[in-house]
Amino acid sequence: MFAYYIRLALISLRKDAVISVLMICAIALGIGACMTFVNVSYVRGLDPIPHKSSELFAVQLDSWSPHRPYSEEGTPPRQLTYLDASALMQARRAHRQAAMTGASFVVLPEGENARPFNASGRATYADFFAMFDVPFLFGGAWDARMDESGEQVAVLSRPTNERLFGGEDSVGRDVNLNGRNFRVYGVLDEYEPLPKFYDPHTGFTAPPADVFVPFELMASLRLPRRGNTSCWKSVGDGFEAFLASECVWIQFWAELRNAEEKQGYVAFLDNYVNEQKRLGRFERPLNNRLRDVTQWIDDHYEDEGVVLLIGVGVMFLFVCLLNMMGLLLAKFFGKAPEIGLRRALGASKKALFAQHMVETGCVGVAGGALGVVITWLALHGVALLFGEGGEDELPEILTFQGPMIAAAVALAIVSALAAGVYPTWRACNVPAATLVKTQ
Amino acid sequence: MQNIAKVYRTDTVQTHALRDVDLAVEEGEFVAVAGRSGSGKTTLLNIAGLLETFDTGTYLLDGEDVSLLSDSARSKLRGEKIGFVFQGFNLIPELSVFDNVDVPLRYRGMRAAERKRRVTDVLETVGLGGRARHLPAQLSGGQQQRVAIARALVGEPRFLLADEPTGNLDSTTAEGVMALLAELHAGGATIIIVTHDAGLAARAGRVIAIADGRVSEQAD
Repeated sequence: MFAYYIRLALISLRKDAVISVLMICAIALGIGACMTFVNVSYVRGLDPIPHKSSELFAVQLDSWSPHRPYSEEGTPPRQLTYLDASALMQARRAHRQAAMTGASFVVLPEGENARPFNASGRATYADFFAMFDVPFLFGGAWDARMDESGEQVAVLSRPTNERLFGGEDSVGRDVNLNGRNFRVYGVLDEYEPLPKFYDPHTGFTAPPADVFVPFELMASLRLPRRGNTSCWKSVGDGFEAFLASECVWIQFWAELRNAEEKQGYVAFLDNYVNEQKRLGRFERPLNNRLRDVTQWIDDHYEDEGVVLLIGVGVMFLFVCLLNMMGLLLAKFFGKAPEIGLRRALGASKKALFAQHMVETGCVGVAGGALGVVITWLALHGVALLFGEGGEDELPEILTFQGPMIAAAVALAIVSALAAGVYPTWRACNVPAATLVKTQ
Repeated sequence: MQNIAKVYRTDTVQTHALRDVDLAVEEGEFVAVAGRSGSGKTTLLNIAGLLETFDTGTYLLDGEDVSLLSDSARSKLRGEKIGFVFQGFNLIPELSVFDNVDVPLRYRGMRAAERKRRVTDVLETVGLGGRARHLPAQLSGGQQQRVAIARALVGEPRFLLADEPTGNLDSTTAEGVMALLAELHAGGATIIIVTHDAGLAARAGRVIAIADGRVSEQAD
């Protein structure tokens, strides 16, 4: 009977094409709005490095103004000053640690006709690669000695290597970044943590950088920064003054393998801040934080109000379903004579209910399919409007299509069925004899 | 049926559609129910066909007290034992002739091959074997009523109930439909037909006159 019901549903939907299109559009819009926000939260709620997310910690120190907190909730800044990041790196008290910031490069490929292009960069320490389990296709990470010397070496992402060197092993070759030659030290394999947890300031869903260079070069070469900088105190003139300022612009991650290491690191941070207090800095109460990956993502997630947006999306879906319910009532009211006829010909209420729920389910499937398209378009819009990575973010936002498409269609079907229960129940309960007489 | 009564109620009005109706129809009979518009004959037919419930009285269909049956049991009984022919044909316009006739069999859970055989046979019986793939709108009024009769017969019901089956047809076509019903009766079918046309009623084996919800006359 299910195939028969499907056939009847398609005939019925074709018959009332306008109402059908309106119903499908109503549910598609609701699903589109709801799933757009759910998608965003889904991506940001993923654990990008599940096997060690509890061992990786973002370090937060409250170096903010004594007159006002960094945030209303009293949380410290998400980034560190250059002074503090450098001090923590020099201390090397964690199993692994890496300060990092976004950078911008203009890449000049080899060849007379080659055109320069912009590339996103990340200035960091060698530990970054081992700490975040970054896979290499060719070569590897530079070593700690190069961290200190600030040697002009670079690690390229796989797409960048393909663009510059056709995907060949480019280790040892030179790449021109911002007019300077950097030696390629390694080429990454596929590496797309989702979300890009270690730096929300350059796009939580943006791809990792195209080029990685030693952090020391930020200062020695005065590389253009990319990301967020927050200051509570006026900054003197010049780059050196900026480095010595209380502006926060550096992310700092530490790998602490167990509770003991964590406890030790907490004590180290407390000591460091107390020492700085004696030097006249850190005028606020002690407020250090170590947030592991999931806590770090959750904090960011709440800040962005995605939960609220999901609520708005669900409300919008609800309104769309109410509209669909109204349209179904009108449609099934129009079908009442046929329902009465089928009753007269032996159909039970149960059979008719099933038939019309299948029809409603078909609307849900079509609405879900269109809703996926609307979600896809909306995600493009969200990425273009709000993603710092702009177009670069699109593939990342959309990489998880499989489960979310299934979820969108499932939600559409369930929603449509829920909206269809009352109209169907009403239609099946009108006296059959009356309907037969009125046809 | 014994002492069957049916009252339609609204907030302000009560309409007695049937009062103390006693009626017995034997297997193989061809009975006409005649009466003016509003006399209660369609209500009688609907109750006989299990499309409506009644307020008081007893109705035994094939020896079974229908007032004790659940909705699904009534539907099953209706599908297996009763065939309907309506004044307005009541064909589903989007379905082909074949699919319209096929509808009652679908609800009986019959296998596809058996359904196809029955539908093909019954369409041949009513003279529409070559029109199976046509839509109702592509047929004349008489042909549509023949499709409706085929649909009523395809389940091989014990009772055929027809409500003004010729009401929307011209006299020539109506004659053809009545001839078909007579032929079915001759083949052993039990038929109850509602009509206000005395000429058509006279072709039945027994005529029941109904007025103001009461069976006022039963004549052979």
